[in-house]
Amino acid sequence: MSESAASTSTGNAGEAAAKRPAVQLLGITKAFPGVVANSDVTLVALEGEVHCLLGENGAGKSTLMNILSGMLEPDSGDILVGGAPVEIDSPRKALQLGIGMVYQHSTLIPTLTVLENLMLGATGLVLDVRGARARLAELAGMLGVQVDPDAVTGTLALGQQQQLEIIKALWRGSKVLILDEPTSMLTPQGVAELAAVLVRLKAHGLAVIFITHKLHEAVEMGDRVSILKQGRLVGTIEPGELRAASPEELQARIVRIMFGEATQEIADVAELERSVEGHRPRRELPSELAIELLHVSAAGDRGQVGIHDISLPVRHGEIMGIAGVDGNGQRELAEAVAGQRPLAAGEIRLDGRTISTLSVARRERLGLRYVTDDRLGEGTVSRLSVALNLVLKRIGEAPFWRRGVIQKGAIDAQASELVARFDVRTPSTETRLGTLSGGNIQKVLLARELSFEPRVVVYNKPTYGLDVRTTRAVRARIREQAERGVTALVISTDLEELVDLCDRIAVLSRGRLAGIVANEPGAARRVGELMVGRTVEG
Amino acid sequence: MSDTAATESAELAAARPGRLGALADTLVRSVGPVVLALVAGAVILAALGRNPGTFYGDIVEGGLTRGNGLQESIIRAAPLLLIAAGLIVVFRANIWNLGIDGQFLLAGVIVAGVASPLDDALPNGLALVLLWLLAGAVGAVWTLVPAFLRAYYGVNEIITTLMMTFIGINVANLFIKGPFRDFESTNVPQTSVLPVERRLPDLPGTRIHAGIVVALVALVVVHYVMTRTSFGLRLNVLGANPRAAVHFGLSVKRLIMVSFAVSGMLIGFAAAAEILGVWGYVRADWDPAFGLIVVPLVFLARLNAIAVIPFVALLAVLSIGGDLAARRAELPNDFLLVLVGLILLFMAITEYLGRKRELGQSYLTEGLRQSLRRRAGR
Repeated sequence: MSESAASTSTGNAGEAAAKRPAVQLLGITKAFPGVVANSDVTLVALEGEVHCLLGENGAGKSTLMNILSGMLEPDSGDILVGGAPVEIDSPRKALQLGIGMVYQHSTLIPTLTVLENLMLGATGLVLDVRGARARLAELAGMLGVQVDPDAVTGTLALGQQQQLEIIKALWRGSKVLILDEPTSMLTPQGVAELAAVLVRLKAHGLAVIFITHKLHEAVEMGDRVSILKQGRLVGTIEPGELRAASPEELQARIVRIMFGEATQEIADVAELERSVEGHRPRRELPSELAIELLHVSAAGDRGQVGIHDISLPVRHGEIMGIAGVDGNGQRELAEAVAGQRPLAAGEIRLDGRTISTLSVARRERLGLRYVTDDRLGEGTVSRLSVALNLVLKRIGEAPFWRRGVIQKGAIDAQASELVARFDVRTPSTETRLGTLSGGNIQKVLLARELSFEPRVVVYNKPTYGLDVRTTRAVRARIREQAERGVTALVISTDLEELVDLCDRIAVLSRGRLAGIVANEPGAARRVGELMVGRTVEG
Repeated sequence: MSDTAATESAELAAARPGRLGALADTLVRSVGPVVLALVAGAVILAALGRNPGTFYGDIVEGGLTRGNGLQESIIRAAPLLLIAAGLIVVFRANIWNLGIDGQFLLAGVIVAGVASPLDDALPNGLALVLLWLLAGAVGAVWTLVPAFLRAYYGVNEIITTLMMTFIGINVANLFIKGPFRDFESTNVPQTSVLPVERRLPDLPGTRIHAGIVVALVALVVVHYVMTRTSFGLRLNVLGANPRAAVHFGLSVKRLIMVSFAVSGMLIGFAAAAEILGVWGYVRADWDPAFGLIVVPLVFLARLNAIAVIPFVALLAVLSIGGDLAARRAELPNDFLLVLVGLILLFMAITEYLGRKRELGQSYLTEGLRQSLRRRAGR
């Protein structure tokens, strides 16, 4: 940091003129079936500048960078490299144009040495080992790091492996370096080393695009911060402002941009906000607990945070929000409650009875339901019919199966009723589920989970990726269920949604419970503080 | 609002006209590789200086029209159909049981070794039923190790089943040369022979043994189970989306163990049909290697237990008629393997082109393809 401060103070006058755009993305739009991943995004990376791209998972950061690195082609929009329009149709082309990318997950081959990994892309018949050594020494010097060319890559610390990834990305003389969530696997010390490397890269005139969802990193490491939300660029913080404001002010500002309150100009959000009339009136809730988590811990998947010591009492008919930046243990929490993830410690009680060791099916039978956020990946079987998908959690049970034999009549009748009740738009109940739109698939999921007397429902990002109308329908459904005494755990990264729906909001940070906030005026700010506070601390 | 309505109706419209096209795709994908293989086979024959017309004519004559040709072909089809049934059960569940030959041979040898003494001790009918069940049990037991390792430790069952085949074939030979050896017979080690009149009964008025009936019943049952029962749906869900299976609360480990066992059992039945119906004994180093010939047929039939019947019938005719045709053309009778290889080659090409131009569905279910890809190290 001090180094960058020094360079700016000495070169302040000529700076504006010296910084030319290395790469310009102009009006990029990219749609996938059912979702617009990037909508008219314009982003300019200047030489000698770290440009932070901030946004939730699914905000379109990765799509945008995959377009720049040649993995995807945009539907519309232009890309300029060094001022000249280019077409990047392959990763090889991107490299030729001087765009290097460091992916979130390692692309190194652990059994090869450092030098071998770097020479993997070499062309020509004979490997130029001596040249490679010289190039490695040159780049290591430029980054200010020490790398043993003959070390076996798998034995290096993660931070060193990442430095090697950066060297690999710069191997062919890249002028633009894209780092995708580079700190997600690093220790605090590794992060500090990375920051030092970035400073040196800037000094050499490289343009760095730094993708992250951590606010404090964006503020600390970035010269310029652009914020993506739902595929759109919703805000940019210029270098001048970044230097002028304190980190706390900046983070607060970014939270406002990311989570609403300052986004009235976006029509969709505005429409939603009209439906939020102040805050929910305090409801009278019975004092008995519907579901209770007692010191629950569970391991995360490889490279993901688990959950640690979470205690959460939820009352009958209560809507408990679970807030937090994506990837802070939300999915693990939901799976632990649903029974898909074994507990490492602690206990879960449903209506006072422990269910910690019960199977997924047994918990389902007791009325514990899980509306997963991965609708196609685990929530449904897309090549089966809508009707079958509606009973997939009841395979083999009467009245849909008798003595193991399917009863089409019963399944169809159930399907027709649910399709009507939940307003699923489908040509017929026999239609393959995969041909429906995302919103209708979500309705199928809700219909399945909310049938057969639910008692406690875990909703994981229930409105993620849905259009405004369906979003409203889903929220209305959650409220209506709560009125009937069905308890809800609503996991969402959308703070407005939680404020709109919940009685209380629990905040997850790095797999731990950062606090529980009653949904009163000002709750959003406190939740935001809890989210940020922990992030800064870590 | 109108926006979403428009996209919805567009999606609905897009979903409908696909029906006919999908049928055509299925036809192209299923029959195309076979036709192309026959054409390419003809080219190869011509290049070898043989008349392809005569060769294929001889196949038809040998496998269908000549005296016992049709009956021979039907007899050959029985074990192949049972193997196909066994493969469909596991492939549907996204499990690669490629240990067919080991399961088949071990079941066959044990049945052949036990057949004579058991038949001496018990009434013929009861002995045959018991032997049949024994074959099924041996086949099922030989899947236990790969099934357990896959279910509980996620060990790649492609490798374990192939290794178990290697072991199974050698253990089978050990049995023939050891406990089951009949020292009264020739100098090539073999088991004692079950006399012809004590083998599976023939269909009235034919030489076709009852195995074909069992095979067809097995296929119908497998088809019914896969399409109409809760067990079949569980297997299909596991095969289509393993993560969803966990989410739906299916006991994945048990499903893997059971589908593996059923597969091994049906393959054991295939061995019973072949030994009790055709051979009556097993000689050392005998290995018909049916397994890997059936695998492509099962995929051509899209894992449909009824649709696989014509493909197996074709293979049986090729196999029986191929002997005659090869003899007359003075070619080694492995020419059948060339045709099967060509079918596989054209399946691969169709698959590749299909991926490129979105030509219908893949031969593999989504789950199978992804598991293969994962195992290929991606």
